[in-house]
Amino acid sequence: MTLPNAEPGRKRAVHNEHALETRGDNIVRLPVGQAPPPQAGECRKTKLSVKDLVIGYLDKQTGHTLVAVDDVKLDIREGEFVSIVGLSGCGKSTFLNAIAGLVRHQQGEIRVNGKLVSGPGPDRAVVFQKASLLPWRRVGRNITFGLELGGMKKADAQARAAHYVNLVRLNGFENHYPHQLSGGMQQRVNLARALACDPEVLLLDEPFAALDAITRELMQQELLELCEKVGKTVLMVTHQIDEAVLLSDRVIVFSARPAHVLADIRIPIPRPRQGHIKESGEFRGLMNRIWSIIEGNANMGGGI
Amino acid sequence: MSARTILPRSKAAQREKIVNTLLGGGVIVLFLIAWETVFRLKLVNPLFISAPTKVLSAFAALFRDGTLLNHLTVSGTEFLLGYGAAIIIGFPLGILLGWFKLAKASFGPVVSAMQATPRIALMPLFIIWFGLGITSKVVVVLLSAIFPLIVNLQVAMSTIDGDLVRVARSYGATRWQIFRSVALPTSVPFLITGLRLAAGRGLLGVIVAEVFGGAEGIGYMIQYAGSTFQTDKVFAGVLIVALTGIALDYSLDRLGRHFDRWRGETAVH
Repeated sequence: MTLPNAEPGRKRAVHNEHALETRGDNIVRLPVGQAPPPQAGECRKTKLSVKDLVIGYLDKQTGHTLVAVDDVKLDIREGEFVSIVGLSGCGKSTFLNAIAGLVRHQQGEIRVNGKLVSGPGPDRAVVFQKASLLPWRRVGRNITFGLELGGMKKADAQARAAHYVNLVRLNGFENHYPHQLSGGMQQRVNLARALACDPEVLLLDEPFAALDAITRELMQQELLELCEKVGKTVLMVTHQIDEAVLLSDRVIVFSARPAHVLADIRIPIPRPRQGHIKESGEFRGLMNRIWSIIEGNANMGGGI
Repeated sequence: MSARTILPRSKAAQREKIVNTLLGGGVIVLFLIAWETVFRLKLVNPLFISAPTKVLSAFAALFRDGTLLNHLTVSGTEFLLGYGAAIIIGFPLGILLGWFKLAKASFGPVVSAMQATPRIALMPLFIIWFGLGITSKVVVVLLSAIFPLIVNLQVAMSTIDGDLVRVARSYGATRWQIFRSVALPTSVPFLITGLRLAAGRGLLGVIVAEVFGGAEGIGYMIQYAGSTFQTDKVFAGVLIVALTGIALDYSLDRLGRHFDRWRGETAVH
């Protein structure tokens, strides 16, 4: 679990706090725990709708059916960035995989744009923790992989990939093989591969968990810029609370297994955001609040 | 950030390579000189051992009168037909056995049993069934070469990266698409290894089958020369088989490296 950042850049943080307040006049600050009021964005249409979702699986060792996700309800609007945080093993990745169509659910329903999800589809794209690039394909043809599977002609896919190479700043690396790239760059190829399919909902499964701390920090900022540029609807699973707060419009806190929603917290920090808002008091306040919810649940016997 | 740095090969490494080549070549030359000396000094009955110079002249004579080319054509045809058939049958069979659990359960035991059976011991049967001509030899080559291919491709299918399959599935790939985009490329290095092993076994198969029975081919030539005490011709035959084997293995190795470019410098040495 990542704890709030300590000292560095306190001075800048103070300055930043000030900037936030002048910029964010129209933002209503609410006492913790109270539901946020409807905002301008609320009238946007619902992209992803999850209703009463229950996911169980058979434990092959004991033969019992275990419940991983228990009665989760979640709506994500167009252009919203929503993160799910929770203890590791709480079922949040299972939840994401169910939305991706890779894991079957027992009850409830998942809809993307109103359409019922029954398996993987071109309306969703997943960025897994492991870059999982095809090692024998060059960067360019890794980015077109999803498009080719979708039936697009190679030439058309390549033309489209060029744009995304640019977007994730991999110009000049199109003809490199994955093993020639750093972990961060591989993950950017992974991201470009997903974005190239132009999904309705982008699913991120702990996308930076396998990277070192410095690269992770840089990638968070890059993803922040990227998301603000492309305005995609994103659902991210992470166990980095700072990552969730930095990137998201809403942070959903999952309980320990079986997972259900403990809290749905709006992140009222205005966009465009910069990486250094992490040092602001507001940011820390949000992080502490999320942390205390997780901690409270764990102490109540949620177990770690 | 630069991903690939190609360092110039150091002088020490270059020197080591030259020294290794000289050492390897030197031992061969020494061996040939020793062989020739033993022959010249008649330390062993010259009839039994021949000599490098005699082998070379026998080789030249066989080449000039066209017998070598005739035998070579026959053996080459037998090998290529058998090897080709082994690839055409073995490649899909290996993949099927690795890809479908049911296929493995059904045919795995048969394949194992056949693999354990010495093919050459079946040669009398093949001669009864297919005659002394080319067909019986092609069958031996086929049966010798096919198992390394089947086994290697079967293993290849079990080494497929589950994460890549999951990614492909998340993009809505069909089973056929997963096979083409993930399984098939994974199988390439295994296919090359299989082809190399199969080439060695196939070559052995041709020669032994021809020695066993027949009236044409390098194996027959060796067998006939041996039974008439023409040791120089025997060695000439052995030499050509060895050279063919080396050439085949070398070209397949090169082919493998070509397909392995994506692994980078470190993995290929």
